[in-house]
Amino acid sequence: MIEVQNITKRYGSFTAVDDVSFRVEPGQILGFLGPNGAGKTTTMRILTGCIPATEGRALVAGFDIFEQPIEAKQRTGYLPETPPLYPDMTVQEYLTFASRISGVKTSDRTNRIEFVMSRTNVTDVANRHCGKLSKGYRQRVGLAQAILHDPDVLILDEPTAGLDPKQISETRELIKDLAGDHTIILSTHILPEVEHTCTQVAIIKTGRVIAMDTLENLKKRLAGSETVRLEIATDGADPTEVLAQVDGVASVTVDSSKDGTSIVEIQTAQGGQTRQHLANAVVANRWGLLELRRDKMGLEDVFLELTTQDEATDAAETVVSEEPDSSLPSGG
Amino acid sequence: MSNILAIAHKELKSYFVSPIAYVVVGLFAVLFGVFFVSSLSFLLRISLQAGMMQGAPPININEYMIRPLLGNTGVIMLFVLPMITMRSYAEEKRSGTIELLISSPLTDWQIILGKFLGALCLFVLMLAVTGIHMAILFWYGEPELAPILSGYLGLFLMGASFISIGLLISSATKNQVVAGMVTFAVLLLFWVISWLGDPAGGTTTSQVLAYLSVLDHFDDFSKGVIDTSHLTYYASFIIFGLFLTAKSVDSERWRG
Repeated sequence: MIEVQNITKRYGSFTAVDDVSFRVEPGQILGFLGPNGAGKTTTMRILTGCIPATEGRALVAGFDIFEQPIEAKQRTGYLPETPPLYPDMTVQEYLTFASRISGVKTSDRTNRIEFVMSRTNVTDVANRHCGKLSKGYRQRVGLAQAILHDPDVLILDEPTAGLDPKQISETRELIKDLAGDHTIILSTHILPEVEHTCTQVAIIKTGRVIAMDTLENLKKRLAGSETVRLEIATDGADPTEVLAQVDGVASVTVDSSKDGTSIVEIQTAQGGQTRQHLANAVVANRWGLLELRRDKMGLEDVFLELTTQDEATDAAETVVSEEPDSSLPSGG
Repeated sequence: MSNILAIAHKELKSYFVSPIAYVVVGLFAVLFGVFFVSSLSFLLRISLQAGMMQGAPPININEYMIRPLLGNTGVIMLFVLPMITMRSYAEEKRSGTIELLISSPLTDWQIILGKFLGALCLFVLMLAVTGIHMAILFWYGEPELAPILSGYLGLFLMGASFISIGLLISSATKNQVVAGMVTFAVLLLFWVISWLGDPAGGTTTSQVLAYLSVLDHFDDFSKGVIDTSHLTYYASFIIFGLFLTAKSVDSERWRG
């Protein structure tokens, strides 16, 4: 439904999006996850035809967004970071205008508008001016606009930003509901958002997709090498050498050791039996086993792991990544 | 086409839901009224003088009143039209609503023509107000209709040219005040550009400068002359302005 092939976007010497490729199958919800300024919004603006990519190709609903922009845009609904509302129009007027320019048939207009208003829960503010709405309502009117012409593809840039907890869960439910007949890409830097709504996750860092998979696979992949924390009483002996020889241990770091007790962090190459081997090794050396714990990886850790690893090697790059926000237009 | 009309309708409506339309049309009417009264009293004074002289030809109301009045209207337009066009793109870019337009299945030209048409409608409405004054003249006097109509055609074309320049400049900035001020300056420059040339008008440079001046082309219209060279001038002015707007919008997109 959405196919992105080697998209690159440069602003002068700065590369905002670097050789990004991915596919989203019909009915899926892809979550774009990344720190601020990672290139999420830029990628989305390219997919909606707001800006052209410097290189690469993007197919939306089977149409090339650069070659056949009108056809592609007819099948795309877009909610930008700031909902594009005209403050002087009432919600009803706004949606009427949006339906006219997005090609909703004249005969369907009233019905569609009523339908999306009830779907997004904005019927009660239909006659209020958009400029006078609270952030939550604005966001939802923006969402109503995006789904107005029943597009195949929905692109939502931080759809729950600025909402209160109740609205957030309502919006998430709505997005999940929509996923049946729409293919959705949403961006966020809030992790639970992805865990709640998305079927697939793409983690973006400094313009590159550094991981893309289903949520379970992503967690599994990283959980494959797990971190085990071990607290042992060794009477002053250094446990590093002994532990390093245990089956399946990749690395051993002594976090702290005092009064003959050491806290050791162990990276395992494979999960499974390693903890058992560790316990056996400790007992075999007649040390006291005070604690043996696996650090469970939440999405938060996955995210941190992926976005912070190789920090040392590309520190310079990370410094540059602070800039993109200022060089992008305020809308981006 | 329906897309263009949808945008034009939205533009026109946005003028009326904000104070802009009322302020612009209202103040235009007031200023036009002031010019109308002063040129009327001027007409009365010279017809009195002419009446005192034996055998003098009757004073031509078209020549002595309407022609200078329409010329003055052009000056008012110079001030007022930048205020109509300055928000068209600048405001949408600032507030981010432009994203709605460019992510919708619309071509750049549909958006531009829609905005152009919207501003043009408000401008025509402005001109329509002055119809009342003209009706008064017809009620009490006997002006010739043809030169008035050609004069209005001239004003319409000049206004449309101003609007196309206004759109172009508005599309290049996010700041309404900048858009308005630059538009005003550019229009004024086109107004007085012939002054830069040699007053005797002999050199090629001064001929070119005189040709560029929007004012010089308007003159014939107010005299009742519809010359195709002037029509061509305004038509190319408008088309060029809109064309550059399209280029500006496009380049804006590439810059991101």
